[in-house]
Amino acid sequence: MAKRIDINNLNVYYSDFLAVEDVSLAIEPKSVTAFIGPSGCGKSTFLRTLNRMHEVIPGARVEGEVLMDGVNLYDARIDPVAVRRHVGMVFQRPNPFPTMSIAENVLAGLKLNNRRMSKVEAAEVVESSLRGANLWEEVKDRLDKPGSSLSGGQQQRLCIARAIAIKPDVLLMDEPCSALDPISTLAIEDLISELKSSYTIVIVTHNMQQAARVSDRTAFFNIAGTGKPGKLIEMNDTSTIFSTPSEKSTEDYISGRFG
Amino acid sequence: MTITEEQSDAAAGVTGLTARTQRTANSIFAGLSVTSASLILVVLAAVATFLLVEAWPAITDTSGELASRVEWIDPEIGESLIQIIGFLVFGTILISTIALLIATPLSIGIALFISHYAPRKLAAGLGYVIDLLAAIPSVVYGLWGAIVLLPAIQPFYNWLGTTLGWIPLFAPDPTTGVVSATGRVALSAGIVLAIMIIPIITAVTREVFLQTPRLHEEAALAMGATRWEMIRMAVFPFGRSGMIGATMLGLGRALGETMAVYMILSPGLSYSFGILQAGNHNTIASYIASQFPEANSQGVAALITMGLALFVITLLVNMLARWVVSRRAAFSGAN
Ligand SMILES: Nc1ncnc2c1ncn2[C@@H]1O[C@H](COP(=O)(O)OP(=O)(O)OP(=O)(O)O)[C@@H](O)[C@H]1O
Ligand SMILES: [Mg+2]
Repeated sequence: MAKRIDINNLNVYYSDFLAVEDVSLAIEPKSVTAFIGPSGCGKSTFLRTLNRMHEVIPGARVEGEVLMDGVNLYDARIDPVAVRRHVGMVFQRPNPFPTMSIAENVLAGLKLNNRRMSKVEAAEVVESSLRGANLWEEVKDRLDKPGSSLSGGQQQRLCIARAIAIKPDVLLMDEPCSALDPISTLAIEDLISELKSSYTIVIVTHNMQQAARVSDRTAFFNIAGTGKPGKLIEMNDTSTIFSTPSEKSTEDYISGRFG
Repeated sequence: MTITEEQSDAAAGVTGLTARTQRTANSIFAGLSVTSASLILVVLAAVATFLLVEAWPAITDTSGELASRVEWIDPEIGESLIQIIGFLVFGTILISTIALLIATPLSIGIALFISHYAPRKLAAGLGYVIDLLAAIPSVVYGLWGAIVLLPAIQPFYNWLGTTLGWIPLFAPDPTTGVVSATGRVALSAGIVLAIMIIPIITAVTREVFLQTPRLHEEAALAMGATRWEMIRMAVFPFGRSGMIGATMLGLGRALGETMAVYMILSPGLSYSFGILQAGNHNTIASYIASQFPEANSQGVAALITMGLALFVITLLVNMLARWVVSRRAAFSGAN
């Protein structure tokens, strides 16, 4: 299930503006990879190119390759919609569909695949996905209530349940805890550590401790100044990045002597 | 008294916690909004009272005076005031329903195209044209319908009548065996009304669709939804009450439309569903407009009774819409 991703010489543009320049890195399967770096250095932009979500922004385009188990996601024959069914995404702000119940939210992605599901089958998926997102015990008695009736942290876990219900190969998370309190954050971090056994996970975070706690590998991005493109400065095992980074700017950033 | 005033002045001076001008502006605004809100209720009540008072003589007439003084009221042939109103309510609802059935899907399609499919420049141009169309007076639509649409569409009616005539809706005239040769039928009136209300429904639904939170659109797309699936998952549910509101706005215009119907429809009174037969239908608004110039005081009272009926229909339709919207309020996304 979990797949590896190799990115080769990737440039990302918003129309004429080069937002991310020449990034090459490898993301290992069944591991957590963290992207850190100052605001505006292109972490979200880069993350979105891994499931072609940048393409919903008019003018956004990429050059280079993203290989998922050797298949280039940007090959002309590849359908971006199909890519997104294999590479799920969790956003900064929890975004369950307010017009759907908790159960419907979990099933939303499966309905898209036009799979006819029996009631029993649907109930099983709802339960296993919610259990997978550590939310089952809290919501099992109100599955037909609107998704927006949950707390922020619960909503975010519902979004994770929704993402894993379609059994993606890779899970992208863009600052999934930045709108949450410390308790909910811990719940999600625990969840990430559990999900690692079945998925390839990439997480963007501004929280150094979080990156140190949950990730196996860390990539540090930086930007030379406003209007300049963001670049990958270095990538290494998380313990190495946080103890003995090879670049001065990485050390400055993680020790808080920076933006 | 003076002590407390001094104290509060001092407090204000020292702490600066009471921003006096702001508070005044606030209370003025609160007053204004309460006044205008109650004004709407007052106007509504005034209209209802006016209609009731003016219609009272006609409603309460039992002596047959109405029938003797108003030539178009004739209980002998089944056209007492209440019977006429029945026919007209039927005609009004029939023609408005045709208009809505045609206009709603088209408008939603156009609005979606503008909000989610068209390139930005084209969308802006189209939006502008739609807004212009909404401003064209109904007489112009009526003229266009009578002069251009009727001759153009009549052959299509012939075809409908011969091939689908077994459906009661498209049945030819039982006396002649063919559909109306002039095209001055309920379907034509419905089509012209539909064209008239498309701009307003489109303009409102487009705005609603544009308001869809990007967050929800992206949630759908990130799960591997195609654009159409994203629209069904995020845009439609979010815009549901807005779409109903827009449709009601269009329906309101269709129900009350006078000139376009008057210029197109060959009038008549019946409960016929034959929308390709002339001389079978009329609407309340168009009937009032045609009879009003010649009406004596009893006639006016009778016509105002019809106005009252239209008023009640509009209220009922709005209440129905509200009920539909509120049924799933918890899921509306407002919280
Ligand atoms: N939709 C867009 N159109 C044009 N430029 C954009 C768009 N989104 C982001 N950018 C630009 O691309 C650059 C990278 O932005 P991005 O959002 O990827 O940064 P980030 O590292 O995620 O920042 P943060 O940590 O604040 O989320 C910034 O200069 C930003 O202004
Ligand atoms: Mg970001």
